[in-house]
Amino acid sequence: MATVERVLGKPIKRREDPRFITGRGTYVDDVKVPGTTIAAFVRSPHAHARIKKIDTAAARKHPGVVAIFTGKDMTGVNSLPCGWLLPDLKVPAHPPLASDKANYVGDPVAIVIAETQDAAQDAAEKVNVTWEVLPAVSATDQATAKGTAQIHDVAPSNVAFTWQIGDAGAVDTAFRSAARVVKKKIVNQRLVANPMEPRACLASYDQANGDLTLWVTSQNPHVHRLLMCAFVLGIPEHKVRVIAPDVGGGFGSKIFLYNEETICSWATKQIKRPVRWTSTRREAFLTDAHGRDHVTEAEMAFDAQGKIVGLRVKTIAAMGAYLSTFAPAVPTYLYATLLNGVYTIPAIHAHVTGVFTNTTPVDAYRGAGRPEAAYLLERMIEAGAAALKIDVADIRKRNFIPKFDNGFQTQVALNYDSGNYGPTFEKLLGMVDYKKFRSDQQAARKQGRLLGIGFSTYIEACSIAPSKVVGSLGAQAGLYESGKVRVHPTGGVTVYTGSHSHGQGHETTFSQLVADELGVPMENVEIVHGDTGAIPFGMGTYGSRSGAVGGTAILMSLQKIKEKGKKIAAHLLEASASDIEYTNGQFQVKGFPGKSVPFGQVALTAYVPHNYPEGLEPGLEETSFYDPSNFCFPFGAHACVVEVDRDTGKVTVLRYIAVDDVGNVINPLIVDGMVHGGVAQGIGQALWEGAVYDDGSGQLVTGTMMDYALPKADMLPMYETDRTVTPTLVNPLGIKGAGETGTIAATPAVVNAVVDALRPLGVDHIETMPLSPERVWKTIQAAKPAGAASQKR
Amino acid sequence: MKLPVKMTINGQTYSHEVEPRLLLVHYIRESVGLTGTHVGCDTSQCGACTILMDGKAVKACTFFAVQCNGAKIMTIEGLAKNGELHPIQQGFWEKHGLQCGFCTPGMIMAAHQMLERYPKPTEEQIRHQLEGNLCRCTGYHNIVKAIQWAAENMAGKK
Repeated sequence: MATVERVLGKPIKRREDPRFITGRGTYVDDVKVPGTTIAAFVRSPHAHARIKKIDTAAARKHPGVVAIFTGKDMTGVNSLPCGWLLPDLKVPAHPPLASDKANYVGDPVAIVIAETQDAAQDAAEKVNVTWEVLPAVSATDQATAKGTAQIHDVAPSNVAFTWQIGDAGAVDTAFRSAARVVKKKIVNQRLVANPMEPRACLASYDQANGDLTLWVTSQNPHVHRLLMCAFVLGIPEHKVRVIAPDVGGGFGSKIFLYNEETICSWATKQIKRPVRWTSTRREAFLTDAHGRDHVTEAEMAFDAQGKIVGLRVKTIAAMGAYLSTFAPAVPTYLYATLLNGVYTIPAIHAHVTGVFTNTTPVDAYRGAGRPEAAYLLERMIEAGAAALKIDVADIRKRNFIPKFDNGFQTQVALNYDSGNYGPTFEKLLGMVDYKKFRSDQQAARKQGRLLGIGFSTYIEACSIAPSKVVGSLGAQAGLYESGKVRVHPTGGVTVYTGSHSHGQGHETTFSQLVADELGVPMENVEIVHGDTGAIPFGMGTYGSRSGAVGGTAILMSLQKIKEKGKKIAAHLLEASASDIEYTNGQFQVKGFPGKSVPFGQVALTAYVPHNYPEGLEPGLEETSFYDPSNFCFPFGAHACVVEVDRDTGKVTVLRYIAVDDVGNVINPLIVDGMVHGGVAQGIGQALWEGAVYDDGSGQLVTGTMMDYALPKADMLPMYETDRTVTPTLVNPLGIKGAGETGTIAATPAVVNAVVDALRPLGVDHIETMPLSPERVWKTIQAAKPAGAASQKR
Repeated sequence: MKLPVKMTINGQTYSHEVEPRLLLVHYIRESVGLTGTHVGCDTSQCGACTILMDGKAVKACTFFAVQCNGAKIMTIEGLAKNGELHPIQQGFWEKHGLQCGFCTPGMIMAAHQMLERYPKPTEEQIRHQLEGNLCRCTGYHNIVKAIQWAAENMAGKK
């Protein structure tokens, strides 16, 4: 008997690719339903304005218009919910269509539904809204200033929440005895996720049986359904089917329940026809939840040897105009709890103020809080190194938490699973050839060239999340995952997962997992995801959770399948179930390889139970829900080498090196791909990307791809990647999570590299990203040359 | 006022009466029903709608359908012949040159003309030629590898 080839851990080509490379993917805008109408939204052109009157008369006369609705028409429809409640959180009403006041540019006030896209857009232009424009505030650090525009009555001074973590007293004590304290202002600018597929929805109500089907660009179709049915529309969940088919990237922005799909789902029932809306890119910039947007004062205290003794952080985090679905969690539990990083920091205190501004709501964007934490730590430790004149690699080595296998309690609530940070960093230094770089840098400086190197280390909390823990912290949801395994009578296997792939390649990786566990060929395994009509209730994909949480749920079902299979096989082999082992696709009597039945025969017997164990249910299908006992904590060390053109301020990335530890890996091809993409986004934040609002008017100045600089192929290098492997003990797969590492690590590595390059010119910090040529050039002009220090390090 | 338009797409002739303002990309997606050509922006930056018009890679959002009367167009759906993938498609598969797949049709069509122009492109040439195509998933690394793979395999076939 041939041994079945092991596929777990192998760089197997993706099985979803053939449909994408031939143009046969099915994204939401590709789904066609007869009789579909097209929706266009009338949006506020003002950042803050009272709605005096909405006149739809002219628009209604436009040829092809089917219906127009304003907020006043949507009686009985509730506010869009916030799914994470902090103590004393101020939760303003968030109506799907604003009817009293618009609070950001893009806030929808009416939906126009017509026979064609052109008719809908033309008619939307004819909707005449009388506005009373109000003063607006868009700058995060101005939100609470005296005399500033007041956005919501429930939130005086625009404060959504204040929140803190850590031990302020211990920090004060540590600072008093510190040898050196560095203090920096750190701005983590606002970003726009920009998945290549814009958001879209198609809502279709079936009058005959009262069923609603919603196709929507979602990372979590069940979450969409639950929030929309239970909180906003008040319709029975079991009569609603949400389908997220092929989804063209998400990066967080497709987690949340948005106005548009909610309104279309309501409107299809009113007009008794399907309603489609597909976002333009301009609408995407205005209405997809933005990310980051922190203004922070950070202080890090060191002893004379460069050991960190304390960290004090004060952050103002923008929420935007409303609380998006998980917004309050991002700058609190996903940010400040990561401020321990990979370092031994004996005292930490963080204070966070969440503020409303007249801007697009802010929520999770790839990394979500963790990039902000890593950026802060990695800038501060390099500031400390400069102040203490310690090499930037040495100072990190002096501060790493020593190797641990099962638990490290941080100062900010989390308990890390397993870690071994030093060797990962050493591997990175080897790949970089650090000593050689420093001598090359010296030589280049003598020629007037500005080369720089930047390091970053990071820790990430993945495997989101233990439901009890997040529930106690304010989550209004459990964060388990589901996995159902159906074995067919002929031995084929269909897996129904609550995870959702929008680029992650689950159809491949989960097939690898199943094929490997069952010892069957991958072709015999099918993965189904993204359809609430097919899959068990699941929480979806974000926070690098699919492998660790979704994969474990599938594994649990596979184990149940095997246990049941052993009973069936024992009966067929006239042995005891406890004597049966499963190996290589065969149920066999332990120690008797000849005495065995193949998986397929057991499957057939389960469905044709003529010769079958007494009392055992027929069929071979199992469902599991996995709720992790803890988060998992991937970590890594990255380095970036840049050259800065001192005349133009242009930064060129010469090398990018990443060593990540994500625990066990199902498919290295896919993990490397995710690291590449994450790194590109992280470099993008450091050098080019940034959502900019005009201060007085609250207009989004970077509202198209012409103005918001997304990384292009010719702006980026080939990435050098490697891994160390420290499996987690939290889940049986040993997987930690890999989706966000690059985004977290890259931004500080690049900024540190630019500061390193500019150090001879007297630059030791740049407050705000992106480090565009303009900003770098201005920094160079403003810097005071460090004189003799410029030739010394 | 609608105007008649007639063009060949993937070897098949189509004729419709269309609004003069209808963009070619919407004509292909909505009137003809070929949804492999994608719309990722409204300002001709993203390149997800790249097709071949009379052999040249163009962004289908930069033409009105009525401008393309008589044109010979190839979309991503027309690239594989008799069920056999084009080497560029194969390269994207082999080298993991896609994740969400949304930019991929445009990338592949852009690469098609690139490899006609530069049969043995350098990495720098590939990156420069992809300047009009955005990808948010891959960081471009594996797209470059995919096109290099295609170039090598296309050279081998000649």
